[in-house]
Amino acid sequence: MTMDVTTKVALPPKGTVVLEARGITKRYGQVTALDHAELELRAGEVLAVVGDNGAGKSTLIKVLCGAVVPDEGEVLLDGKPVHFRSPLDARKLGIETVYQDLAVAPALDIATNLFLGRELRRKGPLGGWFRLLDKNRMRREAQHEMDQLKFHLPAIDSAVEKLSGGQRQGVAVARAAIFARRLVIMDEPTAALGVRESGQVLNLIRTIRDRGLPVILISHDMPHVFEVADRIQIMRLGRRAAVTTPQKHTMSQVVAIMTGAARGDEPVEANGG
Amino acid sequence: MMRINIPRSTKLAAGSFICATLAFLNQPTPMAKAAGDQIVIGLVTKTEVNPYFVKLRQAATAEAEKQGAKLIARFGKFDGDNEGQVAAVEDLISAGVKGILITPNNSTGMLGIIKKARDKGVLVIALDTATDPANAVDATLATDNFEAGVLQGQYARKALGDKQAKLAMLDGTPGGTVDTQRHDGFLKGFGIAEGDPAIVGKQNTHGAQDEGQTAMENLLTAHPDINVVYTINEPAAEGAYAAIKARGKLKDIVLTSIDGGRLGVQYVQQGKIAATVMQFPKIMASKGVDYVVEYVKSGQKPSGFINTGASLITDKPFSGLESKDTKWGLENCWGLNTLAAGKDRLLAVIGRP
Amino acid sequence: MSTSSLAASKRNAIGLGRLITMPTFGPLIVLIVFCAIFSLATKTFFATGNLSLVVQQSVIVGTLAIGQTMIILTAGIDLANGGIAVLGTILAGRLVAEQQNPVLSLLFALFICTSFGLTAGLLVSRLMLPPFIVTLGLLGIVTAITRLTAQGGAFPVTDDLLSWPGNAFAVGDTSITYGMIVMFILYVLVWYLLTQTAWGRHVYAIGNNREAARLVGIPVQARLLSVYTFAGLLYGIGAWLALGRIPNADPNALQNANLDSITAVVIGGTSLFGGRGSLWGTLIGTLIVSVLRNGLTLTGIDPLWQDLVTGILVISAVALDQISRRKQR
Repeated sequence: MTMDVTTKVALPPKGTVVLEARGITKRYGQVTALDHAELELRAGEVLAVVGDNGAGKSTLIKVLCGAVVPDEGEVLLDGKPVHFRSPLDARKLGIETVYQDLAVAPALDIATNLFLGRELRRKGPLGGWFRLLDKNRMRREAQHEMDQLKFHLPAIDSAVEKLSGGQRQGVAVARAAIFARRLVIMDEPTAALGVRESGQVLNLIRTIRDRGLPVILISHDMPHVFEVADRIQIMRLGRRAAVTTPQKHTMSQVVAIMTGAARGDEPVEANGG
Repeated sequence: MMRINIPRSTKLAAGSFICATLAFLNQPTPMAKAAGDQIVIGLVTKTEVNPYFVKLRQAATAEAEKQGAKLIARFGKFDGDNEGQVAAVEDLISAGVKGILITPNNSTGMLGIIKKARDKGVLVIALDTATDPANAVDATLATDNFEAGVLQGQYARKALGDKQAKLAMLDGTPGGTVDTQRHDGFLKGFGIAEGDPAIVGKQNTHGAQDEGQTAMENLLTAHPDINVVYTINEPAAEGAYAAIKARGKLKDIVLTSIDGGRLGVQYVQQGKIAATVMQFPKIMASKGVDYVVEYVKSGQKPSGFINTGASLITDKPFSGLESKDTKWGLENCWGLNTLAAGKDRLLAVIGRP
Repeated sequence: MSTSSLAASKRNAIGLGRLITMPTFGPLIVLIVFCAIFSLATKTFFATGNLSLVVQQSVIVGTLAIGQTMIILTAGIDLANGGIAVLGTILAGRLVAEQQNPVLSLLFALFICTSFGLTAGLLVSRLMLPPFIVTLGLLGIVTAITRLTAQGGAFPVTDDLLSWPGNAFAVGDTSITYGMIVMFILYVLVWYLLTQTAWGRHVYAIGNNREAARLVGIPVQARLLSVYTFAGLLYGIGAWLALGRIPNADPNALQNANLDSITAVVIGGTSLFGGRGSLWGTLIGTLIVSVLRNGLTLTGIDPLWQDLVTGILVISAVALDQISRRKQR
């Protein structure tokens, strides 16, 4: 079976809940990383997840992308419970993840990286029996997708190692955007980048959202979060402390909730639910 | 307009590399000297690490110079490098040699290429090691290793006196032609057959000192009553000596060897080894060169097995067993003292001025 | 490097620039320079008979180096390839000597060689052991088994099938052995697999960034296993070619083949760190070593120079690789 990469599932209307996590608990020995954590991702939004170190945001994300199996709680995709045993399971359901460390093969070219693990073969016996790659089609489609994402890169067949850090991350983000059918999860995508390069990646995130794919963005960087996020989920002590928007709270208020200096509104909601 | 970027490092590397290659051409190439009707002779030895083959090569080079011929030497990279030796013979045929002197790595590995060489009219003489069948080459110039082994065995028997033998055998490489001949010859000279209960242990040392020492240590642990030791060559014997000495058994054990390198004769002189059997690579090499020159001049080919002889070297002789002392041994041995060997090797690498 | 200059070369990718950035370009130049030098220095070097010899002399190491290339591309290394091939020659030779069917004997030897590749693959992929250690251990094991099987000695192999790769036919006045053809076919086949199939891209990606390969969903373990197993089969074929070249099974043979094959791979421009390089470079690397050895003999220069120049080439190749990698960080 060859996948047509440009096909997307019909996206739900803006505002409906796409992905939901309920009562997620994960313990590592004595340490409770997640303590009945919640999350709600709605169609067409960028949801930022912020929190201090050890607040549980990484573990929560790993549960959502299938890298960690929770001890308790459930994950629902479009309202239906799903059980991920590995990142592959999540990917099969259309959830793509961009990892913090640049998950690209530097010596291979951009098009190859975009299609890595999902190569397209020629039609007919050449592809079937002789497993011949359809390099032209991959190149063409890679170029097409990059144009769609308005992300400017050098020649699609130049090696990724010749790109800047931002461009490389752009390749990783673009790969997720091309193949995601439900949502994209990004773990600190700008952590290793300079100001200008971060700007490119943030633009890419907006473009993905505008095409209709919701994005979960994990970041330490408050200005970046406030630049692109529609809603912000604040994690503290393994639970959701608050959900707000860049309009409702200022950066310093968010940081105050993160560190426990101010109270979030969430515990009340959580107890009520 | 397209810009091509060649990294500077590439240019540098390419430059230095070309210089290195050109350095070859700046050497006075022997081929240039060899222009005209000079006879070119090829020599293919087993390895270049063993002073025995260094001696063989020097003797051949010297004799060739004396006869106005040119010698091209090649060697395998390790004992058993048949591929390297075959390639060497092929290259020598290409180079137009009239005769090839070869110490084959094993007696059957070279048969095909030797036939090819002889079919092209190249005289092929085996040095030191015979081929199987022996008539695959025109002639063989070698020590009769079986006879040499017999000498070693006879001496060991006499030195042991009336005592019941507890024999340890430090062999070389399993299956090596010379190794087998020496081993079998020793047993004959010693007066026992393979499998005799007097043989308490056998180990392969690959003719190396470290392996000889390890093997002897283990054998002595297993059989503390060992009283006579066969070694394939003197480095192995030197290793065995260290093990025996560490056990405080120097007086109880007769240690014998075979090969006849300078170090070996020195070990005999120092009393580390009771006796060794010397062979004469110099004679093999010089006679080999002479035969090729003779063949080119008159068409006469040597044939059969030509024994270059072996002598028992010891300072503790026994009546009824012919031997030479270490003084004679040092004058006639192959191998070099280390300093001279180093200088000679250097000269061999950089080419003689 | 600026985006614009890269973009400028975008549509000009095929041409001189492409050629120079090809990993095989440097090795090819070296090979051509050597051939030119030896052709000028001697009349005999460029004779077709001699060139055929050079290729024949490259067949064994050249074939073992195919497996080595695949393994090094995954950022591994194989020290056991020569040992496995020698075991293959001994097994096939011994079975035939004991009146077994030659075809079955050869298939059995191929099977055993493949099994050793599989074993290495399992240890490397499942237990995550370092390939250096795994293959070092395997080298010891196969060498011991070889000596035990050979029962001490080298012996001639006279069987027609086993020595078939050494048979030659003439094209003009050049003699071509079947072994040369088998090697060439293997190169084309593995080149195809490495560059024209998803499997090959995965091999490169694993050597480049194993974690990234895993994260994008490449079945890393299965790919590594297939690489080592296939390499084992190639070593078995190498054993057959070795019997064709020298119809003699010698437990002491090919002791340097592991290092020789690594040398060929490295001189051919493949990175020891994995993920970059080309199979044709390996063939060129093998030929460079053979040309040096042959050419020096023809010119009458001490063959110890061969080791010296090869050493320089190996270090230069690795240094170039390291420099170019550092630049791209």
